[in-house]
Amino acid sequence: MPLSSLLQDNRVKAWLLLSPTILYLAVFIAYPIIDSFRIAFVKNGSISFEAVDFLLYSPLSEFWSALKYTFLLAILVIPTETLLALTAVILLFKRFRGRDAVIYVLVMPLALSDLAAGLIWYSMLTGKGFLNKLLLNMGLISDPIIFFGYENRWLTFLAVYLAEVWRSTAIVFVILFAGAQLINKEVFEAAEVFGASFYVKLRHILIPMIKPSLQAALLIRTLFAFQVFAVVWILAGRDIPVLAGEAYYSIVELHKYDVAALYAIVIALLSASIGVVYIRVFRETLLR
Amino acid sequence: MVSAPAWIGELARYAFLAVLVSWILVPLAISIVYAFTPLDVYYSNAILTTSFTLDHVKTLWILGAGEAFLRSVAVGAMTVGISFLLGLPGGYALARYVFPGRDAVKLAIIATRMFPIIVISVSLLKTFFNLGLNDTLIGLALAHTAMALPFVVIITGSIFGGIPRDLEEAGMIFGLSSIMVFLRITLPLAAPGLTAAGMFTFLLSWNEVFMASVLTLVNRTLPAFILNSAFATPIEPIRFAAAFMLILPALVFMFLARRYLVTMWAMAAR
Repeated sequence: MPLSSLLQDNRVKAWLLLSPTILYLAVFIAYPIIDSFRIAFVKNGSISFEAVDFLLYSPLSEFWSALKYTFLLAILVIPTETLLALTAVILLFKRFRGRDAVIYVLVMPLALSDLAAGLIWYSMLTGKGFLNKLLLNMGLISDPIIFFGYENRWLTFLAVYLAEVWRSTAIVFVILFAGAQLINKEVFEAAEVFGASFYVKLRHILIPMIKPSLQAALLIRTLFAFQVFAVVWILAGRDIPVLAGEAYYSIVELHKYDVAALYAIVIALLSASIGVVYIRVFRETLLR
Repeated sequence: MVSAPAWIGELARYAFLAVLVSWILVPLAISIVYAFTPLDVYYSNAILTTSFTLDHVKTLWILGAGEAFLRSVAVGAMTVGISFLLGLPGGYALARYVFPGRDAVKLAIIATRMFPIIVISVSLLKTFFNLGLNDTLIGLALAHTAMALPFVVIITGSIFGGIPRDLEEAGMIFGLSSIMVFLRITLPLAAPGLTAAGMFTFLLSWNEVFMASVLTLVNRTLPAFILNSAFATPIEPIRFAAAFMLILPALVFMFLARRYLVTMWAMAAR
């Protein structure tokens, strides 16, 4: 077949147009993931478990704590956010004055970086921060509550929890809200007319109807949970170790790239196992 | 069971939404106010200040935040440029052509998004060292493109998909070549959506801190600068000034792109 008519073929055209993306993603995502295994497990041309030993047994390593805190944060943050976002979606079903402004505000944290979110919450909770000054002025406390520092680890954890919920409820909200836009509003209005309770509306109308969006939101939040970094790093440093924070520490402070690569692999494996579900869901919802 | 009067329900609705809105706005407003609060007021017991100062922003600027700000703009712009150059044709292909393997390609592109940028950081760092790309802005932009590209393909695909094919066909009938149809008809119609997607891509790069901190040392971008230098200061209002510099473009973007926010983010998150 001559070249000109080959280029007329839509199949050929499509693959040509897609090839830069496919090539780039292969070089910049697929290869680095495979390369991480080499960095973590190969030393001087032979297999080495030095990085694994460091990760598991070195006193400098906080691997198990990092795993624990990463999961703990996810387990506490994700349900809180889902409930908040679902409630907001229900309350925003009805049109009222100022509804668009409310939606605008609720979506706002999405534009902010996790680093900024960490700093913003630091301004709220530090010894001279807003909360302490407020409580002191109201006479509710006589000494500032110290949220930060190793000995106040659980208060620090609370601060991280609040900041994470503040920052990323918007992600859940925006996915659920977009999904809810597709629902036939009359069903909901009918339920309101018949005075359905909040629970009934939630359990029997909203959740079944936005199930695909809900799945998507939960999966995405779970994926993001494994990469939680800047909020924790700003508010807690290594007092509350998380996987991404330990990877960062391994690179920047310890210069142990093999250990960092191992953290990358752990995060990749966790993401991939969630991702299997993720892909299955999107095959149904995204490819229409 | 006697149900509560309707007004109680209405009151509960507005009360809850008011709490939710303040929960988002108050920390944001407080950190901005504290960024401009004079030190003596901040370290007193006054909750809010009546006098404002630019000292903290100036200090940050002298420490190097100004240059870092400009570097972040440069990296963001390069990321938008590269990812659109590579991704726009792909998005168009997904929107317009039905071909064997289309769904598989789409899924594969989406699948790359499930790996956070941390996963590729160590390998890229080593490769960049070998190539002399470490601590360069273009290196960071290439890394950010890896993160942004799948988003660009999927989102431009759906933007192009929303443009009626009839208009393109009409152009063909009037004798335009397929490239001219794209440039004269499709692209102008897609422009508002593409602009919003471009701004969004810029923000992805602007907000990214892990890769920026790992890949840059001397040529630090704003998030990397803040994480490593500004954060070392014990003077808290300086940190809040840093947060202010970081969120300023985000707030501008929010205002400009507010029409697209919900749909764009819902798609972006996917």
